[in-house]
Amino acid sequence: MSDPLILSVDHLMMRFGGIVAVNDLTFAAARGQITALIGPNGAGKTTVFNCITGFYKPTGGVIRLKQTDRADIALEQLNDFRIAKLAKVARTFQNIRLFPGMTVLENLMVAQHNALMRASGLTFLGLIGAPSWRAAEKRAIDLAVFWLKRVSLFDRADDAAGNLAYGDQRRLEIARAMCTEPALLCLDEPAAGLNSRESAALSELLLSIRADQGTSILLIEHDMSVVMEISDHVVVMDYGVKIAEGSPQQVRDDPKVIAAYLGADEKEAISVMESGE
Amino acid sequence: MTTISSDHVKASPTSDIAFILKKAFISAAIALVLFSLMIGIRTEAGPTGQLIYWTRFDDLAAIVAAVFGGSILVEALRRWVGPIRPGSLVPASVQGAVAQSSRFLAPALLVFALFVPVIFYNQRYILDLGILVLTYVMLGWGLNVVVGLAGLLDLGYVAFYAVGAYSYALLATSFDLSFWVCLPLAGLFAACWGVMLGFPVLRLRGDYLAIVTLAFGEIIRLVILNWQSLTGGPNGISSIPRPTLFGIPLTNDDDGLAARLGIEYSPTHRIVFLFYVILGLALLTNWVTIRLRRLPIGRAWEALREDEIACRALGINTTTTKLTAFATGAMFGGFAGAFFATRQGFISPESFTFQESALVLAIVVLGGMGSQLGVAIAALCMIGGFELFRGLDQYRMLVLGMAMVLLMIWRPRGIIGHRAPTVYLKKAEAISSELVKEGHG
Repeated sequence: MSDPLILSVDHLMMRFGGIVAVNDLTFAAARGQITALIGPNGAGKTTVFNCITGFYKPTGGVIRLKQTDRADIALEQLNDFRIAKLAKVARTFQNIRLFPGMTVLENLMVAQHNALMRASGLTFLGLIGAPSWRAAEKRAIDLAVFWLKRVSLFDRADDAAGNLAYGDQRRLEIARAMCTEPALLCLDEPAAGLNSRESAALSELLLSIRADQGTSILLIEHDMSVVMEISDHVVVMDYGVKIAEGSPQQVRDDPKVIAAYLGADEKEAISVMESGE
Repeated sequence: MTTISSDHVKASPTSDIAFILKKAFISAAIALVLFSLMIGIRTEAGPTGQLIYWTRFDDLAAIVAAVFGGSILVEALRRWVGPIRPGSLVPASVQGAVAQSSRFLAPALLVFALFVPVIFYNQRYILDLGILVLTYVMLGWGLNVVVGLAGLLDLGYVAFYAVGAYSYALLATSFDLSFWVCLPLAGLFAACWGVMLGFPVLRLRGDYLAIVTLAFGEIIRLVILNWQSLTGGPNGISSIPRPTLFGIPLTNDDDGLAARLGIEYSPTHRIVFLFYVILGLALLTNWVTIRLRRLPIGRAWEALREDEIACRALGINTTTTKLTAFATGAMFGGFAGAFFATRQGFISPESFTFQESALVLAIVVLGGMGSQLGVAIAALCMIGGFELFRGLDQYRMLVLGMAMVLLMIWRPRGIIGHRAPTVYLKKAEAISSELVKEGHG
């Protein structure tokens, strides 16, 4: 019996000195679905991401990654690289973090580090060029090529990642995260800086990842067209707290959400909406 | 003060001349201030210890005039020929030819190195120089793993060189172990020290890392200097056994190699043997490094240099990755140290000063960080070139310094400034140095 949830965040708290970035946040992400985390600038979305992926240690609260065949993993107790390695949580960054001096293909090979490290017998089998290592390396290249084709970067495989156009770099970062074969993919503003055509292609890519790989996706996004089109569930944050949750349609009609985005207080926003209709 | 840009090219000729003259006068004035004490007055200790001095105003006048004339010449050239770029100095066709030939440069250098003892058999000086150059090539390749690939600035590399040398010297003199047994042990000890250095500096970056590694190098030297009972302190360790050819000594004895082969003994045999030993060790370093670059660990080192946070997000254990880089680099340093001890037959702390670390780091940086061929060429230029300028007497430091400044202006990322990819689908294309990060600790 597989758990319908992949991630549950309970009473998450993150303080930086006196500033409360995330205050008692509780939400869950369903397995095999796309969950969006939205909110105005400074709402604490990226902080939540950093807590989930281990870059910050939460001040309080519990983050559980649910596994179908094994016990849950307490993400708040793991170090950053172990979250990616053991819990299979991959992430991308708001400001793209590729390895610019390495080729596109090399970027995807680095992503398979842990699997390749095992296959190379912690380097020693690889050093003597053992056949098992060669086969593993070939499989790794095949996986990289598979993802290069998926994000239509196959022709750029041998180019330096730093030479790619902005939109291509965004897609490469997603491909790199997918090469770690994650259970949960966390995308921090994947559509930022993309034009409408590229945004549409991104939506398509994310939907196909959900459909073909069955990867659960958690995404932060400002581009509402992307959020509304692909999300199964939307969580809205403002000033570190959750202000609304539900389907894209529910959230869009929520007066609190509108108030947060318009920057007006609640009653005012409701009156604005009512007068508009 | 008004700033004068190169947009003035289209200005009238009189203002051009005025500008050139103004610049020349400023340059000459600066030269006058600078050199009035450096060249204008010469001081020396007199016979009874007092300071005696005399003036050399004619030399000073000549230098200032040269700066004035040179400034006019350079500025005039810049006006008429346009700004000088490294690319425009060399015609495109020549550059293409150089790029083509550089592919054959590495094999050519290797073949040349193999035949050096044959060509220069009777020139002991050249053979000794060759051994010295190869020692630095090996040290450079070892440090290249840490600095060039992993991007961790290590200013204390000489510590591992010292650990290797003392490991061999102590093991060989105390336990009578042969060079070939001690060599791996020396590498192992040095690697252990690499890990020990690695642990405390894992959290440090950039300048802080450099300072701690610098201190580590000094600590090792001071411990060696003061631990009299073990290391002999400043007296060092002498009569370190020479290497043998699988147990056959290269001496004039009856069981020596020459006697066994029935040829006349010559001390050059040992030099040639040492040459091939260090060549073999250096090539081993090179082979292992090239191999490691294509393995996940080597790619992780380079990825670490490019972006540490992205590495962690991909599940790479940055701690062990850094430690393996330190250990691998240190191991090669230890091998080189053991070789140094067996070649010299005598070691003392004086051989392991910061100057050595700086020299090896300069070789790596000049060669182009991460480039194996570049490091080899840089070692050849730095060590060999330094010897080449011996005839210039007291000016050789000046010439070497000038050469380095010019190189850094024209090739800021080193002699070989591009990075070769470790894996490719269709075609391996060199990656421009502008994209490759230097690493930040």
